[in-house]
Amino acid sequence: MKTNLYNYILELGDNCLIAGQRLGELCGHGPSLETDIACTNISLDLFGQTRSYFQYAADVKGDNATEDSIAFLRYEQQYKNVLLVEQPNRDFAYTVARQYLFDVFHLLLLEKLQFSQDMTLSAIAKKSIKEVSYHVRFSGDWIKRLGDGTDESHEKMQAAINDLWTYTNELFEVTEAAKSLIDDGIAIDAATLKESYYEKVSALLEEATLTIPESKYFQKGGKSGVHTEHLGYLLADMQYMQRAYPNMTW
Amino acid sequence: MISTKQHIDKELIPILEKVSDPEIPVLSIMDMGVVRSAKLIKGVVEVSITPTYTGCPAMDVIGDDITQALKEHGYEAKVKLILAPAWTTDWITERGRKALQEYGIAPPLNPDADKEALLGEKRIVKCTNCGSTNTKLVSQFGSTACKALFKCDDCQEPFDYFKCLK
Ligand SMILES: [Zn+2]
Repeated sequence: MKTNLYNYILELGDNCLIAGQRLGELCGHGPSLETDIACTNISLDLFGQTRSYFQYAADVKGDNATEDSIAFLRYEQQYKNVLLVEQPNRDFAYTVARQYLFDVFHLLLLEKLQFSQDMTLSAIAKKSIKEVSYHVRFSGDWIKRLGDGTDESHEKMQAAINDLWTYTNELFEVTEAAKSLIDDGIAIDAATLKESYYEKVSALLEEATLTIPESKYFQKGGKSGVHTEHLGYLLADMQYMQRAYPNMTW
Repeated sequence: MISTKQHIDKELIPILEKVSDPEIPVLSIMDMGVVRSAKLIKGVVEVSITPTYTGCPAMDVIGDDITQALKEHGYEAKVKLILAPAWTTDWITERGRKALQEYGIAPPLNPDADKEALLGEKRIVKCTNCGSTNTKLVSQFGSTACKALFKCDDCQEPFDYFKCLK
């Protein structure tokens, strides 16, 4: 098996899966009907992208792996998503801030990944770009509305940004798997996205009258399977059916 | 270079035209542009379909419906999902656009107009009920991933707009 490729696909897919799962939690619980539908639509897009990645990962892995076994039958330490996307929905400001900080990175990454020498990754990226352009527009709009809104909404959005900022740096960490695939033009060197990421995010935060955090301390670990306490609860919820009734189908 | 052209055997077209999009029943999957190729190879029809959105839950159903429709005409079918080239709203046929409009979903505008409409900058999306363009965006996301929700300020009816995807 091409272990590095497999791990790299998981790195890409797990971010979509976990971000999608978090947003999906808002189904029926959104602050308004429109935002509820928007968040679950974005969640659905992300699950669609996850399926494409995991179907490919299953091919690469062989050994009877399927998209479902990859999604539902791994343990916490085997997930490679960044810590950012597993952070819980504390309030709506927190949810959109988390989403925005991920969306900007996601779009920058896909814009490069569409030129990957790996034809499947390139096809998934080209398809996903169209969807993610809508995601970043939605989350960005809400950052502005809440940041430049009432005193209370501003305060909550600022608190969310301050809190989540500490997870942004991990996005640009280059894993061993990625490193081994960059020279062949298959993987993207995430470190090269850092500058434009912070430029884009800072510009929007300023427009939203928010203060850009000056934190020098960043959390990391997700990409190597060391997660915050929140992921375990998310997985317990997500994997419950398959664990309780192995091999069950609809 | 991946071809954006469709390759569909002539005799299969009428069969595939009868398969409709499960979420928009008035629309044939052919008018939707999701069937990219259908060829009879050694007694088996190989069909390639492409999703409108990656998360579109209709794709599994469409695959089953195609298999079923072909089976009724005595063909064995193999349906494959392909991602490249990525689907675009340009592939919706003229007949498909009309069907959408009549069903109550405003068909997609060109990319620039679409952006203006979705950012609420211009009132240009035509109400499917009364035809007025005095309409406004309610939500960028509607009942399915491909649609946005609009409301008409003349007749007060809400309606869906099929977002441009290019
Ligand atoms: Zn009207």
